[in-house]
Amino acid sequence: MAVIRDKMPAFQLFQPASTDEALGVLDRYGADAWVLAGGLDSWDWFKDRVQKPAAVVDLGGIASLREIRGIDGGVEIGAMATLREVIRHSELSGQFSLLTEAASRAASPQIQNAGTLGGNVGQDTRCWYYRDGWSCYRAGGNICYADTPTAMNREHAILGASRCVAVNPSDTAPALVALDAEMVVVNRGGERVIPAQDFFIGPAVDIERMTALQPGDILTQIRIPSTWAGSRFYFEKARDRAVWDFALANVASAAKVNNGVIEDIRIVANGVAPYPVRFIAAEDAVRGQQVNDQTAAQAGEIAIRGVTPLAHNGYKVSLLRNLVARSVRDAEA
Amino acid sequence: MELFQWGTNPWGQEILIRVSWDLLYLSFWAGVAFIVFHLIYAAVWLPKLARANGGGDAAEGGAGAAGIPDKIERHTLAARLFHWIMAVAMLVLLVTGFFPIVGIQFPWVTIHWIAGVVLTISIIYHIVHATFFLDFWSIWILPADMAEAAARVKRQLGQDGGDVQKHAKYPLDHKLYHTAVMLAGFAVIATGLVMMFRIENALVARNAYLLAEETWGLMYTLHGLGAVLFIMLTLTHIYFSLRPDKIWLTKAMIFGSVSRDKYLSHHDPKRWDVTTK
Repeated sequence: MAVIRDKMPAFQLFQPASTDEALGVLDRYGADAWVLAGGLDSWDWFKDRVQKPAAVVDLGGIASLREIRGIDGGVEIGAMATLREVIRHSELSGQFSLLTEAASRAASPQIQNAGTLGGNVGQDTRCWYYRDGWSCYRAGGNICYADTPTAMNREHAILGASRCVAVNPSDTAPALVALDAEMVVVNRGGERVIPAQDFFIGPAVDIERMTALQPGDILTQIRIPSTWAGSRFYFEKARDRAVWDFALANVASAAKVNNGVIEDIRIVANGVAPYPVRFIAAEDAVRGQQVNDQTAAQAGEIAIRGVTPLAHNGYKVSLLRNLVARSVRDAEA
Repeated sequence: MELFQWGTNPWGQEILIRVSWDLLYLSFWAGVAFIVFHLIYAAVWLPKLARANGGGDAAEGGAGAAGIPDKIERHTLAARLFHWIMAVAMLVLLVTGFFPIVGIQFPWVTIHWIAGVVLTISIIYHIVHATFFLDFWSIWILPADMAEAAARVKRQLGQDGGDVQKHAKYPLDHKLYHTAVMLAGFAVIATGLVMMFRIENALVARNAYLLAEETWGLMYTLHGLGAVLFIMLTLTHIYFSLRPDKIWLTKAMIFGSVSRDKYLSHHDPKRWDVTTK
């Protein structure tokens, strides 16, 4: 069980100046190493004494991981770029305002100054049963404490659950999936580029991880292609406290609209499943249709097909339906 | 190496979660070690034994061979269908159960429980079929098998074991294997059916409160124990089915019959009477 204390367990702190140096440390410590980005998720884990890594590798000293630069009409963002740097970047806010809008809704201004884009997409779920250190499925056990008749599961999943019903809490993740971004991951074996849609993985595939990152991996860059530059975007986040909270549900859409007709669209929601859910059936249904209330309502109805609400999160069904509908109807250039 | 995985419940109590996956590797390497041992045994020891016994088993004719057809049905079509359906289900269960643990990840849960249901149905069918339509006792270890086994062990050790009887329909090693598979199979099936209540599926509604937490841990542990045992059992079974000296048995499981020569070489017509068929 989690014991909140002022002092964290002791660990070896490494502050490498290059990615190669960081990979060397990760290779040496294997699964006992912890990659530290902005620290907003990590410090909680350490202070709760649930995670006790032997080595913490702070990527804050690697300057190349903070660069944001244009590439082939798109943008490459270093994973250590802070959310504030993302929000204020002119090319991003001009061409890919979906991401800057999502980043601006994450947490509070103070956290945006310290939190990184890589950390935001790589953060772990906020399920309190899991974070309290109990032996649930995600922690290697054989039960989901949130999926019992008396569980507190108001914030949990209505889609995509498989034994574990925790949700992905990231605000920038659905925006990146909607923008068809690519995640650049390096380890000692080389570099691999993973589509954002595949970067986030659900419990059906691996119940103990939320992303494709394995021990020894570092997310170095996030590449946004030019495909959706300047499209109509929509981002909305529903949360209990407007000032600072995780999403009960959020939605991100990117649409190409010509003369009021949807030529192409990507709709993604988070906070409703263990990974950002793309609603491909809804996208297919509205493609080629006029942007109006009827089309929007159709998308919303399709999005909630197959939902499995838990004891206390039935409200998320109508929330999701309305968010998806609005993301189709109100997408703006 | 650990035998079990333990965790902590919300009340701070230590609870049994499942077997340690160290046992997965232990079972795999035990299977490999057995195969290597048997390969050496078959290459070095068996030829010596055959020479000492004047060339080993031979097809014997004589009065006992009268009335024996050229082809003897060893497995009915129904029995073969059961075997292969069970084999496919078992392989799917092993792949879906263990590949994610060793790092090959994919959405496995749905495939796993469906294969488990197929295995369960096939086993139920087999029990009914074998009990009422086949020679029920032919696969069970009987006193006569023990006498035969004792004689064979003596012969292996170079002692005079007297006349070693040929097998009935199934030799003792097949019966031992069947018993091991039956025990491990009942363990994984019984616990697997209960574990269906912990996952989303089309047959039963989830109910995490069906059992107490400790009992759930026991279910997962028994399921894991049976499953890791199946790694070794499956490896060795596949090995024997591919051995050149056993391939006639594999062919019998595909085509159904064995030749008269093979029958007379390996089986005692008095213990497995095929003339009445």
